[in-house]
Amino acid sequence: MSESIDLKLHVWRQNGPKDQGRFEDYSAYAKNISTHASFLECLDVVNERLVLAGKDPIVFDHDCREGICGACGVVINGEPHGPQKATTTCQLHMRKFTNGQELYVEPWRATAFPVIKDLAVDRGAFDRIVQAGGFITARAGSAPDANDIPVPKPIADDAMDAAACIGCGACVAACPNASASLFVSAKVGHLGVLPQGQAERDSRVLHMVAQHEHEGFGGCSNHYLCESACPKEISVKWIARMNRDLLKASVTHAPPTKSGGGDG
Amino acid sequence: MKLESKAPDGPIETRWERHKFGMQVVNPANKRKFKVIMVGTGLAGGAGAASLADLGYDVEAFCYQDSPRRAHSIAAQGGINAAKNYQGDGDSIYRLFYDTVKGGDFRARESNVYRLAQVSVDIIDQCAALGVPFAREYGGLLANRSFGGAQVSRTFYARGQTGQQLLLGAYSHLARTIANGKVKMHERCEMVDLIVVDGRARGIVTRDLVTGKVEAHLGDAVILATGGYGNVFYLSTNAKGCNTSAIWRAHRRGAGFANPCFTQIHPTCIPQGGDYQSKLTLMSESLRNDGRIWVPRKKEDCTKDPSTIAEKDRYYYLEEKYPKFGNLMPRDVASRQAKFVCDDGLGVGPEIAGVRRGVYLDFADAIKRDSEAVVREKYGNLFDMYERITGENPYKVPMRIYPATHYTMGGLWVDYNLQSTIPGLLVAGEANFSDHGANRLGASALMQGLADGFFILPYVVGHYLADAGKSKGVDESHPEVKAAIKGVQERVQTFIDVGQKGKRTVDDFHRELGAIIWNHCGMARTEKGLKEAIAKIPTLHEEFRKDVKILGGGEELNRELEKAMRVDDFFELGALMCRDALERDESAGCHFREEHQTKADPSVPGSYGGECVRNDEQFAHAAVWEWNGAGKPETRNTEPLTYEFIKLAARKY
Repeated sequence: MSESIDLKLHVWRQNGPKDQGRFEDYSAYAKNISTHASFLECLDVVNERLVLAGKDPIVFDHDCREGICGACGVVINGEPHGPQKATTTCQLHMRKFTNGQELYVEPWRATAFPVIKDLAVDRGAFDRIVQAGGFITARAGSAPDANDIPVPKPIADDAMDAAACIGCGACVAACPNASASLFVSAKVGHLGVLPQGQAERDSRVLHMVAQHEHEGFGGCSNHYLCESACPKEISVKWIARMNRDLLKASVTHAPPTKSGGGDG
Repeated sequence: MKLESKAPDGPIETRWERHKFGMQVVNPANKRKFKVIMVGTGLAGGAGAASLADLGYDVEAFCYQDSPRRAHSIAAQGGINAAKNYQGDGDSIYRLFYDTVKGGDFRARESNVYRLAQVSVDIIDQCAALGVPFAREYGGLLANRSFGGAQVSRTFYARGQTGQQLLLGAYSHLARTIANGKVKMHERCEMVDLIVVDGRARGIVTRDLVTGKVEAHLGDAVILATGGYGNVFYLSTNAKGCNTSAIWRAHRRGAGFANPCFTQIHPTCIPQGGDYQSKLTLMSESLRNDGRIWVPRKKEDCTKDPSTIAEKDRYYYLEEKYPKFGNLMPRDVASRQAKFVCDDGLGVGPEIAGVRRGVYLDFADAIKRDSEAVVREKYGNLFDMYERITGENPYKVPMRIYPATHYTMGGLWVDYNLQSTIPGLLVAGEANFSDHGANRLGASALMQGLADGFFILPYVVGHYLADAGKSKGVDESHPEVKAAIKGVQERVQTFIDVGQKGKRTVDDFHRELGAIIWNHCGMARTEKGLKEAIAKIPTLHEEFRKDVKILGGGEELNRELEKAMRVDDFFELGALMCRDALERDESAGCHFREEHQTKADPSVPGSYGGECVRNDEQFAHAAVWEWNGAGKPETRNTEPLTYEFIKLAARKY
C-alpha cells in the first residue's frame, strides 16, 4: 500500500446552531496524507495547512484519542465514526481509505444535539439524562465492605458490557429517529442488573426515559443501526431490557414528578 | 516561602485519625453558606465536588471538556490498588505504604503516603456501592491481580477499562448532586487565572470556550484538581486538552511548585509513526508478563524482517541485564534501557530525525507455549488496539514499543491538609505533588485521585472554612477581581494581535518545545543537556510570543487561541522543569541524571550498572519553586523529608 494518499475531502462547515451550514471542498489541503495517520490526525494536518493559508480551521471535538473518552465522532460518508467496525473516529486510520477517495465529513445530526460549530455538537442532553437518574445514591463514607454484597461473575460481566458505553452519541447519529435508546438503556441496564442498583431501579428507568423524551430524541423502532455504529458494540438487547423495566416500573410506580431524580 | 507540612507526629497508624479529630468542623446548617470552587472533574475533582455537595457545601465545578465524564482519568487501563488483602497473600496497609514510599525512591512524605494506603480500602467499598462493575470471582467476591511488579495481588480492575469505570462512578455521583442543585457545573469552561485577595484564594477567572467570555467566579475556597502536565512534551499519553494552565497560573500567583522534574515515562507505548503524530498510545504493561523485549544485536539487522533474525542475533537486553526480573523490571529502568539501545542505533521501526525509536515486544514464545487462543484471551483487546493503530498483526509480527510520558509526580506543593502555599487554595489528584515521590507505582494514580476526592477533601475543606470563615467584601467590583479579569482580556488580545501577523502555528511551536524537553529533560538527563535546554527555551518562547499564527478573535470559539494560551504556560513550566532537574544533582526514581548511576561491576554477574544513585544527604527533600515575576529566576525552597518508619535504602533489582 502506498504510504500517503490524496483525498477529495468535503467537510461540513456551520458557524453556530443558527447558521444554515454547507459542505466545503478541502481537497487542495488534503493531499499527501500519511496512511499511518489517524482520521483526526488527517484533520489536524488539514487544519494546520488551513491556518497557514489564513483560513478558519475546522472545529471538531476530540480529547483522549485512544477511543475511550467519547469526545470525538464525525459521520464519514454517511457512517458515524466511519467505515471500521467497533472503532471510534480517533482510532480510525487513513490506511482504511484509498488514494483519490471522496469523503464527506459531517457532524452528528439530531435535534437534541445542536451544532456548536462545524463538526462539534452539544451533547449536554446525555448529561441531563444521567442526572435524571443514572446513578446509585451512595454518599462517601456510607458504603458497606465491597465483599458484603457478592455479585455473581456473569452479572458483573453483564453490567460491564453495558457500562462500556463511552457516551459518544454515534447511536443517535445512526438512528433514523435520532433516538438515544441505546445510550439510555446501557446506563439503565448497567446499574439495573447489579444488586447495588435495585433500590432505585424503578425510579431510574422512569426518570431517564422521561428525560430522553423531554430532550427531543426519537423513539426506538428497532432499526438496530445504533448497535452497528456503536464503537463499543453495545447490544440492542439492553433496549429490550429497558423496555421491560419501564413497563414494570410504570405499572408499579407513580409517574416521575418534576422535582424527582435528586434525593433518592 | 513558608513550608510547614502540618503532618501529625506520633504513631503513623493513628495520625490521620487523630488529625481528623483535631480538625475544626463546619456546623451542618452553615455549610450551605460556603461556596467552593472546583476546577477539574476527573476522579479527584468529580468525587470531591460530589462529596462536598453531599455534605451541604455550595459547589461550582468547571471542566474544559464538553462533559465531566470525559476527564482523562478515563483512560487509565490497568487498575486501582487497595490494601484489602482479600487474597490473603500478606498485603496490609503497612505493605502498601512501604511499597509506595520505596517505589517513589524516598521522595514522598511518609504521613501522606500512609494515609493514602489507609483510605485505599474505603475507595473500593465506595466504588462498589456506586455500581462500578469490578471484576468478580465466580462466588461473587472481588477479583484481584498483581500489577506493575508488586509482590501481592492488590489491584482491583474492571476489564481493561478501570479508569473509565471509576470515572463513570464518580461522574454519576456528581450527576446526582448536579440534579439536586448542590453543584453548578460549567462545561467547556477553562480556568485562566486565580484570584487572590489579601493573601487568600477567593476565586478564579475563566474563559468560556464556546463564547470566549472572560469572567470571574468567586468562592470561599478554590480546589484545583486539574491533572498533570505531561503534554509539555507535546507527545504524551495524555489527552490532547490536558494542560498545566490552572496550576501554572496559580503558581504565578504564589503557589509553590514542587519537584517539576519528576515526570514518569511508561515503557509500553506504541512508538511514534511520523511527524503528523498527535499523541502516543499506551498499552497496559501487563503485556510484559508474557512478551519478550528485544532488539537486533547488529545494526544492519534493524531494517530486516524480524522473523529472519536468528535467535543468537537477538539482544534480549532486559533478560540479559537483569536475569531476576527480566522483562518485568520497574517502569523507569525498562524505559531507560529501551532508550539506551535505541541511542546505540539498535532501534527498529520508522526512522524519525535520524533515529529508529522502537524495540520489539515479542509474543512468539508465549504463543508457542500457551497457544494463540490463550494469548488472545489475555490480551485480545490490546492486540486489536495495536493492530488498529499500526496496521500490523501482533500475533504474527512482534509489536514495536517505545516509552512515552505518562504521568507527572511533580505539581503544586501541598501540606497534609492538601493546602498549597496560598491559603484557601487546595490541590488534589495528579495536580499536587504529595504522594508518589520520584516515581509512581502502577495502579496508584486512580487510588490517589479518589482518596483525595472522596475521603480527604471533605475533611480538609471543612477545616479550612471553619477557621478562615466566609470570604467577605469580595465581589465582582473588587479591584483585584477587576484587575484579574482585565489581565486575562489583555493577554487574549495580545495573542489575537500577534496572531494576525504570525507565521508559525501553535502546534509547530509546541512540537519544537516538546522535542527540546524530551531530548534534554526526558528519560535521561545531563548537566550539559539541561543547560542547553535552559538556554533554548526562553529564546523559543520569545519567538512564539512574536510569531505565533492565530486566526479569529478572542470572543468566539477559537481553538488555536486556547492552545496558544496553554502552550504559553508550557514554555515557562518547561524551563522550570529543566532548572529543577539541573539543581537536583542526583538520580531518584524517574529523574535519572547520567552523572549519578551505578557502575558495572565485571566481578558480579548481572551487574550492568545504570541504576539511580540518590544523594540523600543533600536531596532528601521536596524542591519547592517560588515565582518571582516574569523573566526573573525562581527561588528554590525545600521541605526536608524525614523517614521515621521506612529506612532509607537503595532500590535494588
